[in-house]
Amino acid sequence: MSEMTPDQVRHLAVLARIALTEDEVTKLAGELSLIVDAVEKVQEVATDDVVPTSHPVPLGMVTRPDVVGQTLTPQQVLQAAPDHDGELFRVTAILGEEQ
Amino acid sequence: MTDLTRMSATELVDLMARGEASSADIVSAHLARIHQVEPTIHAFLHVADRALEQAGEIDRKRAAGDSLPTTAGLPLAVKDVLCTTDMPTTAGSRILEGYYPPYDATVVTKCHEAGLISLGKTNMDEFAMGSSTEHSGYGPTANPWDVTRTPGGSGGGSAAAVAAFEAPLALGSDTGGSIRQPSALTGTVGFKPTYGGVSRYGVIALASSLDQVGPVARSVTDAALLQDIISGHDPNDSTSIPTPWPSMFDAAVAASKNPSVKGLKVGRITQLDTDGFQPSVRNRYHETLEMLSSQGAEIIDIDAPHFDYAVSAYYLILPAEASSNLAKFDSVRFGLRVTPTDGPLTVEDVMAATREAGFGDEVKRRIILGTYALSAGYYDAYYGSAQKVRTLIQQDFANAFSQVDVLATPAAPHTAFRLGEQLDDPLAMYANDMTTIPANLAGVPGLALPMGLDPDNGLPIGLQLMAPAHADQRLFEVGGSMEALINDAFGGPVWSRVPEVSAGGAK
Repeated sequence: MSEMTPDQVRHLAVLARIALTEDEVTKLAGELSLIVDAVEKVQEVATDDVVPTSHPVPLGMVTRPDVVGQTLTPQQVLQAAPDHDGELFRVTAILGEEQ
Repeated sequence: MTDLTRMSATELVDLMARGEASSADIVSAHLARIHQVEPTIHAFLHVADRALEQAGEIDRKRAAGDSLPTTAGLPLAVKDVLCTTDMPTTAGSRILEGYYPPYDATVVTKCHEAGLISLGKTNMDEFAMGSSTEHSGYGPTANPWDVTRTPGGSGGGSAAAVAAFEAPLALGSDTGGSIRQPSALTGTVGFKPTYGGVSRYGVIALASSLDQVGPVARSVTDAALLQDIISGHDPNDSTSIPTPWPSMFDAAVAASKNPSVKGLKVGRITQLDTDGFQPSVRNRYHETLEMLSSQGAEIIDIDAPHFDYAVSAYYLILPAEASSNLAKFDSVRFGLRVTPTDGPLTVEDVMAATREAGFGDEVKRRIILGTYALSAGYYDAYYGSAQKVRTLIQQDFANAFSQVDVLATPAAPHTAFRLGEQLDDPLAMYANDMTTIPANLAGVPGLALPMGLDPDNGLPIGLQLMAPAHADQRLFEVGGSMEALINDAFGGPVWSRVPEVSAGGAK
């Protein structure tokens, strides 16, 4: 029986960059405990002798000719940005005071 | 004049070729239908404003004798997970509200090259996470068969649009059943191709090792028509299969003209025929197998022991890949930005506030679960184990296909459930895809088609056929035959029994 604690959920939310509310943390801790409990079932058959599969229809190394392909103009790239200065995306400070 | 919205895409192609209907006639009939039923169905998030104008252009070119594809002028509904430069693209999420991508998805480009006319973008569970459309950021879609019920998901909008005669054809995407389960719940036909059969360039990614784009229609032949348009190699998708595909349309047409299952070996997977299924679904499934048997097919029981682990493996692999794919929604390059009022702030505070405000409950649940499954110390136990289950499921399929030509299962474990019924029970919602998930994990193609109605509530019941990877054409041959035999026994196509949608909500 797995138990996901509210502290674990808070930590995961920091890693995932989601500012969960306390209500969400409590609710998710309960729901995820049940879900993890259910999905843990995979360990029953995932023994050492089984090779993992990452891609269902593997194609090996895929390459293309080393020439300039389709590209977007800076204007096309910036047109949907929440904020930009005409050439670059504009964001809030990357580093905080303590960093 | 006959109602153009009730005709198949194939019939509409013939009408245009004979000059008996123009593209403008066909598109305006569908726009009128959309206008009539959308207040009740809500299959669309956006209706195209240039569709009629584009139809007029096609008609003028055809009248002038220009060389056009035969499909030019057919209307199409596009799932909102596909990037379109001329329509907003949100994947059902508030975080992308009003977003216009700078390029079209390859499938959208291919449809334009075939002259198809986009009617609009269809509703879906947010980022395709869900089995009911109730996780859409813009409200659920209603099932045309009973508007108090869900059309399934995530592609409930595409399935409902086709079932309610708002479009003859629609595009869907299928990561764990998002084309096939809605088809089962709405009495439509949906096809998930072999992984790599259709380009995902410009498809907002959910789980990259599972995602595949495919067609939704009211007949196997129409689904084949659209599949032939969208399939094929795309250098912009490194998972795209380079080998050319044979015509699915030719296979479906030939089969529907001369339906035969004589000598066909059909596998019944014992793990997908259990007490966990709704009794009426099981009954109809057994009746269908008996009918196939009486027509000369051989029904063979198949043991696929690892299918019992498929849903568990899926809910580790999908969240893990989704948590990575959805990291791109960072408030910097596109979509929503929410800046908290209390500072001092860094870009990470803005990202976290944006993702908190822009993502719905199910998306947060799966991102947190995926982050957990990928975190140090848990990776081997969860993601690694799930990938091993994937190998075991592929082995089960290989064993099955050494004995049979196709596998036949119910396409969904039950008929359409009521809106709200499973919304607060994630595990119950996840179980909806127990029949469809194995095909995604193994990369094999799956075709869902109606096999009748539930005698108790009149709701459609779907059959799923699966074939080995790359054997997509076999599903259209077999599917075309089975559809003809089922319709023959049923007394017409299942879709023709859908009740008229009343304008005022629940029937």
